[in-house]
Amino acid sequence: MANTARKARPGENMRLIDALGYRLPLAGLVSILHRASGLVMFVLLPFIIWMFDTSVTSEISYSQFTSVFRSGTGLLPGWFYKLIALALIWSYLHHLLAGLRHLWMDATHAVTKEFGRQSAVVTLAVSIVLTLALGAKLFFF
Amino acid sequence: MAQTFGSKRTVVGAHYGLRDWLSQRVTASLMALFTLALIVQVLMPGEMGYDKWAGIFSHQWMKVLTFVVIVALLVHVWVGVRDILMDYVKSVGARLTLQVATIVWLVGCAGWAIQVLWRL
Repeated sequence: MANTARKARPGENMRLIDALGYRLPLAGLVSILHRASGLVMFVLLPFIIWMFDTSVTSEISYSQFTSVFRSGTGLLPGWFYKLIALALIWSYLHHLLAGLRHLWMDATHAVTKEFGRQSAVVTLAVSIVLTLALGAKLFFF
Repeated sequence: MAQTFGSKRTVVGAHYGLRDWLSQRVTASLMALFTLALIVQVLMPGEMGYDKWAGIFSHQWMKVLTFVVIVALLVHVWVGVRDILMDYVKSVGARLTLQVATIVWLVGCAGWAIQVLWRL
């Protein structure tokens, strides 16, 4: 059915293709990344629990855990697993900071446009800087 | 149809949302505190290795705290993923299927994590 030009009715969600035509403000970027990062961690839960399992269970499993990141498994190289770990690091940091921003706004009713923008900048900046720092540690040290 | 906005909006009824909103924030705070507790212990003096890492989770209080956080995570993720499904999946059948799959996924993961924690 050719309904690409159809306008959304009141109360109906805007279609993604239409929504993409708008420039997202930084607070909006933080918001959608909050959702995306949460979904990434949800999907990767088994990998997270596998890391927890192998890293704490025994010294033998601990060395298996480190060797997966150092030299990979039979199928995939170590840097691939490090990249997944880095994606999780970013997801966790962004989700945590964006969440704290929410809690702060809930607690103080800080809902001005200016605060929204400034706190969004802080959230993005801190999460990216920390991700880069931890990524450098993960890959190079 | 029930009004969902303005001063005359319906504020009673099942799953209106306050409970989910609140539980998401309470569980988030718990997990943030857990993160802080874990970071402090990781940064304690001593070289990082199996002994130090596993030692962190060997204390009974840390086991209890981790257990509570796993349960909090379960609730938190359920609220979040349910929100995502409610926003993007309009077909009732597909949404119900995905919601059930989410619950299975989450309960399975939580069971695994708790098993790892308590056999240490």
